[in-house]
Amino acid sequence: MVAVNLWSSLTRFTDGARVVEIEATTVAEVLNGLVTAYPGLAPIIEGGVSVVIDGDVASGRHTPVAPENEVFLMQRLKGG
Amino acid sequence: MPKDELKELHLVGTRPDRPDGLDKVTGRARYGADISAPGMLWAAVVRSPHAHARILKIDSTKAEALDGVKAVVTRADFPTGLTGEDWNLQENTMAGEVALYDGHAVAAVAATSALIAQEAARLIEVDYEVLPHVTDVDDAIKPDAPAIRPGAADASVPEGMPPNVVRYIEFGHGDVAAGFDDADLVMEKSYKTEATHQGYIEPHACLGQLGEDGRGEMWVCTQGHWFIRRMCTAVLGIEAAQLRVTPSEIGGGFGGKTTIFMEPLSLALSRKAGGRPVKLVMSRSEVLRATGPTASASMDVKIGMKKDGSITAGRAEFRMQGGAFPDAPVDMALYCAFAGYKMPAVEHIGYDVLANRPKCAAYRAPGSPMGAFAVESLVDEMSRDLGLDPIDVRLKNAVVEGDRASYGPKFGSIGLVECLEAAKAHPNLQAPLGPNQGRGVACGYWFNHGGETSVSMAISEDGTAQVSIGTPDIGGLRASIALMTAETLGIPYEDVRVNVVETGALGVNEPTHGSRATFASGLGAVEAARQAIGEMCKRAANEWGIDAEAVEWVDGAAQPAGPNAGKFPPMTIAEIAGKMGSTGGPISGHHESVPEGVGASFGTHVVDVEVDPETGRTTILRYLVVQDAGRAIHPSYVEGQYQGGAAQGIGWALNEEYVYGEDGRLQNPIFLDYRVPVASDLPMIDTVIVEVPNPGHPYGVRGVGETGITPPLPAIANAIHAATGARMRHLPMTPAKVLAALKA
Repeated sequence: MVAVNLWSSLTRFTDGARVVEIEATTVAEVLNGLVTAYPGLAPIIEGGVSVVIDGDVASGRHTPVAPENEVFLMQRLKGG
Repeated sequence: MPKDELKELHLVGTRPDRPDGLDKVTGRARYGADISAPGMLWAAVVRSPHAHARILKIDSTKAEALDGVKAVVTRADFPTGLTGEDWNLQENTMAGEVALYDGHAVAAVAATSALIAQEAARLIEVDYEVLPHVTDVDDAIKPDAPAIRPGAADASVPEGMPPNVVRYIEFGHGDVAAGFDDADLVMEKSYKTEATHQGYIEPHACLGQLGEDGRGEMWVCTQGHWFIRRMCTAVLGIEAAQLRVTPSEIGGGFGGKTTIFMEPLSLALSRKAGGRPVKLVMSRSEVLRATGPTASASMDVKIGMKKDGSITAGRAEFRMQGGAFPDAPVDMALYCAFAGYKMPAVEHIGYDVLANRPKCAAYRAPGSPMGAFAVESLVDEMSRDLGLDPIDVRLKNAVVEGDRASYGPKFGSIGLVECLEAAKAHPNLQAPLGPNQGRGVACGYWFNHGGETSVSMAISEDGTAQVSIGTPDIGGLRASIALMTAETLGIPYEDVRVNVVETGALGVNEPTHGSRATFASGLGAVEAARQAIGEMCKRAANEWGIDAEAVEWVDGAAQPAGPNAGKFPPMTIAEIAGKMGSTGGPISGHHESVPEGVGASFGTHVVDVEVDPETGRTTILRYLVVQDAGRAIHPSYVEGQYQGGAAQGIGWALNEEYVYGEDGRLQNPIFLDYRVPVASDLPMIDTVIVEVPNPGHPYGVRGVGETGITPPLPAIANAIHAATGARMRHLPMTPAKVLAALKA
């Protein structure tokens, strides 16, 4: 299981949990697992998010993730 | 890359001539408006004079009767059924039922000359029903504010929020209340920043051609031509591959040219005019009224601090308007606000609010300057109240590698402490200050970005190399790519030509944004060069009859890797390239990726100002930028980025703002009234390049383009306070505002 840290205003979709456990080995499985467990997150995730693994923004859905990784969901990062 | 390995570099870190310098000083460089084509038409746009108005009727009869007019388009000429950001882009390109801001396009015309097109635009009659409007963020968030786009809020907004709140975010960690209880000093203040424009010298310009078969071409001034392609084709309902987009030379972007504003209009007009190419060039007034400025912000910040300067807790609540469309960078502002500090407990709350203003676009570290203005001002105020040195307070709380960022994840390699120490040691801090003079310090942060990247490199028959990149060169990219490619290949800088190529020549590239181009396209060029080196080693091995693994690449030549590999004289890149047609064909390298390992960049600015007590005018006496570049590939360009960022931040701090009248119309849509700093306003800006190499890049590169605009806002406010005792919490700090504060 991977512990996924959410931003706190998402807790209204996760029964109050700021950290949720998802069975996943890739970023895609993290995102799909979040939507399956908490369907209210679907529009947020479909709107675009960044998955940060051990401080580095994951490059894509196939990026591997493991239980020992620290995983954060963040708003989609962009720049000027 | 370890530091001692960096010392062995021959070209990276040098300052060769700029490859585009001669073209630019002789006028040979071709910018957006310089492109023309046979049979070309000129376009003009009809824009709403109202901040908020229902469009009742558009009558183009008189315009179409004018000799030379070839096409008129309105929203009726665009496909329906778009959703999400595609709909936002289409709606901003051409208003549908309602004009949402002063300057919003409602119709466009193409004619055989620019004058005829402008006259035809004047002949298009639009009937409006004027609606209530709101332009100020604090007014727009009120529950009884005019609802601009009911139903536009996304799923992040809880029920019961005011009607113009379209996104909502909360994040943080730790026990904030306990942190404030633990502090010796707790202060809470409110701050405001006004919308500013990127202020690029070159207005938006394009030449579009689209036939009835759905195939088209576009030449355009842009930071990212694949974005232009995706957005234009989405807005017009055509297939992406059928539109070929070629970027022109670019006269500045700063984030404002990462999106579309009027480009689809030239294509729509062309399609309606039988496929004739249509040129569309914005005036400065159109640029200011209808292209993305940054957001304006209203911010509350609370900080708890111990007597020794340790921060115990922080709270930030930001409200931002980004025009009549979602996406004000309130999230990024909050992520960056406390980023430089170890925060035992912190809470962030953000509201993205609609207002009757143009759709905001990215502007250099979008959001970060506003957040820094609020937090860095308050940290300075508290440091002074506690009798502490503002640099020492920042050093005491500064994040280092492995620390948890205020926004959650842990930092990798970063150089904030190195920046603060370099600033502290700089001679500018010893310069004596006279009457009415003061010194201010502030730090800034930007994440930087990887992004979709595709690079191709080909070896020529004479052993020179050409690199094809898809990220337009705004601030020295071609020089930096040439240096990294030449360094990797072991050939002279002058032997590499870097071309920014059109959308048909490479895979998808994100724009030159997010301070990513030198990092990501540079990484791609290095990997492409390494791929070519592998092939050249193989060709040499075949000639020598040894295994390719027994060949190494040294100083631009293949050579046996050791005494056991055989005795052969080195085979140079020119010798290998000269025979490539008979040894296996062209030699090239390619790289496609979304690179990870992006290196974040911190910076520290120190400014000395003098405030005229009679007029309130602030003069910048000295300005120092210290920033972590990871590794400066071409230091002159890096220094230029530092100076440019500081200059824009100085303008934001002292002069620049969008001024709206009671009628919701922009009052200052020309550069005479929207005042950007000019050379005579500024001293020579001193720079120090700190180099804490980014382990995620082969040459240690961090992006440097954005961080520099972040600290000037608070640094100057802090300096004005030091000079006068007046604490300015609302930008810009114009002479009138400063004078009022002095008299208060």
